[in-house]
Amino acid sequence: MKRCVVFLLMMVFVQLNLKAQTAEELILKVKAKLDKVNDYEAKGKMKMNITFIKAPIATIKVYYKKPDQLRINNEKGISLIPKGSVNINIGAILSDAGSYDIIDAGKEDKTNFRIVRLLPKDENSNVVLSTFYIDAEQGLVRKAKTTTRDNGSYELEMAYGKYAEFGLPDKVVFSFNTKDYKLPKGVTFDYDDGSKKVTDKDKTKNRKGRVEIVYSAFVINKGIPDSIFSQGSSKR
Amino acid sequence: MLQLLRIELYKIFKRPRTYIAFIVITAIILLLQIALKADGKEYVGMMMSGMDDSFFAPPTEVLNGYTVCFIILNLLLIHVPILVALIAGDMISGEANMGTLRLLASRPASRIELLLVKFLAATIYTLALLVWVALLALGVSILLFGTNQMVIPREFEFNIIDTGDVFWRYMAAFAFASVGLITVASLAFMLSTFVDNSIVPVVGTVCVIIIFTILTQIQIPFYDSVEPYLFTTHMLGWKGFFYVKGEEGITIDGSVENLPAVLKSGAVLLGYSLLFLGIAIWHFRRKNILS
Repeated sequence: MKRCVVFLLMMVFVQLNLKAQTAEELILKVKAKLDKVNDYEAKGKMKMNITFIKAPIATIKVYYKKPDQLRINNEKGISLIPKGSVNINIGAILSDAGSYDIIDAGKEDKTNFRIVRLLPKDENSNVVLSTFYIDAEQGLVRKAKTTTRDNGSYELEMAYGKYAEFGLPDKVVFSFNTKDYKLPKGVTFDYDDGSKKVTDKDKTKNRKGRVEIVYSAFVINKGIPDSIFSQGSSKR
Repeated sequence: MLQLLRIELYKIFKRPRTYIAFIVITAIILLLQIALKADGKEYVGMMMSGMDDSFFAPPTEVLNGYTVCFIILNLLLIHVPILVALIAGDMISGEANMGTLRLLASRPASRIELLLVKFLAATIYTLALLVWVALLALGVSILLFGTNQMVIPREFEFNIIDTGDVFWRYMAAFAFASVGLITVASLAFMLSTFVDNSIVPVVGTVCVIIIFTILTQIQIPFYDSVEPYLFTTHMLGWKGFFYVKGEEGITIDGSVENLPAVLKSGAVLLGYSLLFLGIAIWHFRRKNILS
């Protein structure tokens, strides 16, 4: 009986404690996990589902270094990377948490995740608004929506596993709006097999693109040279 | 017949102008490769212009041997047929012009045999030129740029093909291109049976190719109904081997988006070749050879 009472009291305490967490505290809890990671190198598979692109599944290596350096390399092919992919790393978004106004937006009905909005204090910031759906109990961001000034909106969905203690997901689904795609026929000299035409116009319209990354392994805090991020391109 | 073929091949490959085509092709391909090696970023930028708002790809990875070969073949769309016409259009009319056609026709071989042997010789020249194009465009590009996944920018789509899935496509594409070029050769050959000088069949074939290519590429609905009947429309069928199927955006290795259409295009080209050759035989059998 005593044990039951103690257990119930503990449960009530935990619940009260969770409810008491403000949005700021929640963000700090998330950030505390992410702050354990100074850099990482991750292996994984990247799958793209974009209306106008057909591409093989890519074997990738992802490099991250604090505060916001990120590089994705295709190990066996062309590294076709969505712009704004730096946002696949929550650590990069939260790198300077002090520069945001944090707003508590309640809970998501279905999942009970806490909704926290981050509004940049800097008016010229590229990020206009970030919305995080946080698993308060685990201190993990499960979903994030980011609206940028230049590159549209992004949505992230994350599933965690082995590396949850570092706030690193096993699977990330990155969704974004793709812009029109069309090249002049005079440039491509396409072969017309007589079967398209009906669907062509639809293919050019703005659609949602989806990139899925499934990580197989992380190497955390072993140091990554800066040269990795400057190979062949600027930061993405 | 084999003896006749040997003589015809000897005649073709003895003439210095035969090698003009090889020299021109070598010059064009090497100039393109040098230009792309020196500054290919601009070209890659143009290729990727349809998607550079949403994606980034390192130009050095995009510009590999397989993609460079595709760019070169795209740019040689009109040049190679013209060079084929240069020889095939001279096969009969050249003899008439030199006054040796009557002598040839008086030999024991029938007129049909004579014509078929000459056509076969023109075909062998065409295939030799194509092999040369393949060696330079594909072989040298691979040596200069290495291999990687191949990028195919299309009007409404962007395909990426895995490195290991490319080579067989090139072999199929070159085989298809040989059928297309034989169609051009047969057109020039047919025209050469009608006249006694080489300029008309060569220029005539070139004009037909240019006009038909414009009609194929022009985006005016009025010409849409004509397009399927132009052999130049089907000559682009080699590209069909690089249009891949996809499932939820993932390339399916070994697939061809519309293989029946590509095969149909091949059949249409073969049909045109037989038609041109048939007309040439029909006319040549009745021709009053005076020179």
